[in-house]
Amino acid sequence: MPIDRAVRSTTLAVRLGAVVLSGALLAACGGSSDGATTDAAGGDVTITVDLFGSFGYKEAGLYAEYEKLHPGVTIKQTDTEDEADYWKSLQTRLAGGGGLADVQGVEVGRIASVTQQQADKFEDLKKYGADGLKGQFAEAKWAAATGKNGEVLGLGTDVGPEAMCYRKDLFAKAGLPTDREALAKEWGDWDGYLELGKRYKAKAPAKSAWLDSVGSLYSIMIGQEQERYYDASGKLIWEENPALRAAWDHSVKAAADGLSAKLDQWSPQWNQAFSAGSFATMPCPAWMLGYIKGQAGETGKGKWDVAALPGGAGNWGGSYLAVPKAAQHKKEAYELIKWLTAPEQQARLFEKQGNFPSSTGAIEKVATATDPYFSNAPIGKIFGDAAKAAPVQVLGVHDQNIAQQITNALSEVERKGTAPEKAWENARKGVANTLG
Amino acid sequence: MTLTAPVNPPKALPVSRRESSVRRAWRKASPYAYIAPFFTLFAAFGVFPLIYTAYVSLYRVELQTPGDMEWRGLGNYTALLGDEFFWNSLRNTFTIGVLSTVPQLVIALGLAHLLNYRMRGRTFLRTAVLLPYATSVAAATLVFAQLFGRDFGLINYVLGAVGIGPVDWQNDTVASQIAVSTVVVWRWTGYNALIYLAGMQSIPDELYEAAAMDGASRWRQFFHVTLPGLRPTIVFTVIVSTIGATQLFGEPLLLEGSISGGISHQYQTLGLYMYEQGWGFFHLGRAAAIAWVMFLLIVVVVGVNALIARRRSRKEAGR
Repeated sequence: MPIDRAVRSTTLAVRLGAVVLSGALLAACGGSSDGATTDAAGGDVTITVDLFGSFGYKEAGLYAEYEKLHPGVTIKQTDTEDEADYWKSLQTRLAGGGGLADVQGVEVGRIASVTQQQADKFEDLKKYGADGLKGQFAEAKWAAATGKNGEVLGLGTDVGPEAMCYRKDLFAKAGLPTDREALAKEWGDWDGYLELGKRYKAKAPAKSAWLDSVGSLYSIMIGQEQERYYDASGKLIWEENPALRAAWDHSVKAAADGLSAKLDQWSPQWNQAFSAGSFATMPCPAWMLGYIKGQAGETGKGKWDVAALPGGAGNWGGSYLAVPKAAQHKKEAYELIKWLTAPEQQARLFEKQGNFPSSTGAIEKVATATDPYFSNAPIGKIFGDAAKAAPVQVLGVHDQNIAQQITNALSEVERKGTAPEKAWENARKGVANTLG
Repeated sequence: MTLTAPVNPPKALPVSRRESSVRRAWRKASPYAYIAPFFTLFAAFGVFPLIYTAYVSLYRVELQTPGDMEWRGLGNYTALLGDEFFWNSLRNTFTIGVLSTVPQLVIALGLAHLLNYRMRGRTFLRTAVLLPYATSVAAATLVFAQLFGRDFGLINYVLGAVGIGPVDWQNDTVASQIAVSTVVVWRWTGYNALIYLAGMQSIPDELYEAAAMDGASRWRQFFHVTLPGLRPTIVFTVIVSTIGATQLFGEPLLLEGSISGGISHQYQTLGLYMYEQGWGFFHLGRAAAIAWVMFLLIVVVVGVNALIARRRSRKEAGR
């Protein structure tokens, strides 16, 4: 492959080095020319899509439908379960300039990194007419993927409005109310939620805790805040942020009261615990519904329910689809993500997989949706209300890594009995090391 | 040790001067041509990364923006001195190294001794001990991670049956290090046993016969004939397992899939810390500095090992 002559020798050396460093034995011919976006002779095209977690496109049959609508197009998807692993691998390939898929997923916690640090590595979708789509999306969703110079670097897929998932059957055994309206009143705020947890613990079935981990409690609470780790000017404020401290304190209290099953989210043990009934509640962003269905399986059907979240609305997660500059079929990739993120497809995805739409048109479409798996809970209304009321979050480059250090420290309190102040100090050191 | 037997120079053949000079040149050059493929690959994938890593370690480089390199001199190295996570991982590397290497070699020695006896199905058993070595690190570790599960693991189930309360094999410092070491021991014991077995078979039978005549028991034979005879083999396995222990990476990474080596870095090894810096935090410069420190550390440890071994064998020879 000819190397673009415009690439200066220094950047070439850096690219080469990055490739060798990463151990990825990819060709260092990253200098892609902008003209070559279509396959020769308009023949068959294979669009590669590289994602993390569960976007659910394949499961919802959307790829198959797109292929039917566009003869000659084949879609190949690769998927990494853990977003952190996915991001590592994506960064390595971006640095090396090779091995990238035509469509790459980007989590909302990373989108600031893309807009602030890597705008030159992704296609500006305006080039293909993405400007016209702006009106379809929730304003904040669109703004977060817009670069400094107004580039459109990704199209929004889902958002993560938060609610509380709970096991109706376990609640009944412990003598707690099981009606979602009644519960929403009982846990109007987080203190109420922890109080109810104590009542559950007193009469709970053996080996069943109130919630899965204090890490997930922290994550859902911090999702209710507008400012978390950075302020709007990009200054690091997490240590002084009273809202963060409140989320921390509630998590510490839950650990001290023994309300947690002490499970790491996304670990195999956590997965096993779904079917074992190790916890009665789990804070759940909309995309978690699909995960619960997958892990708890058919036997969990009807046992779960969804209620409004204690302490008001929040958002946890959500994603974007982006096209790297080094992609081979950029035009086709844009057409695909435009279709996948259109209101009709987002609405269908929510009904099948639970990923809540970021497109305003789709939010209206699903307002009356219910889910038989979750005892016919009106998930369209619960998550729709949350999505409307959720704060527009300030996103920072290192959000994800900082959050990881804090949840690690909380896990120390929960599982090793580390004193909360000591753990806070550990989190501080961890964050300093992360930002390096 | 020389691998080639000394060859007598062939007598000059009565051929023309010119032909013989071409031949001579070929004879001189051909060995280099034969080994060239190896050295070419070694230069590309061994020497170049080594040097480039040293170069990168002098800069501040982030994976997201590899084009912006900021000169730091030895800053990445001096930062390591005050970095408690670095010292923690160094300590863990050492303790996990001891926890895995010592039992591994002791068990291997015992196994080799048993396999050296004349018995039925000897070949089968000898092959069987090598099987763990043939499994991949990832597969073995993932299975062990299940066995070591806190709530649903088989090991805690068995321990529970004899009244030992659930051990937190992931979060407890000592327990988690034992769990990691167990995977290493399981994978490498058979391999070392076979190496010891080969060493044992090169010990002349007469020595055992003479010892038996003098009335030495099996145990005394083992201690006074087998062990001294195995000394060079033991030195070799110690060096190889020390290098392996210093580079330990896959097992601690996959135990929980945590690049931090657990929630409080309780089983984070040097290799894992390097990975966390480079691919968790994207600080390539710091990761490169750790890589070089690891390299130097291995050189020093192996050097000390070799020195001790040489001292001892010299003492032995002088006796």
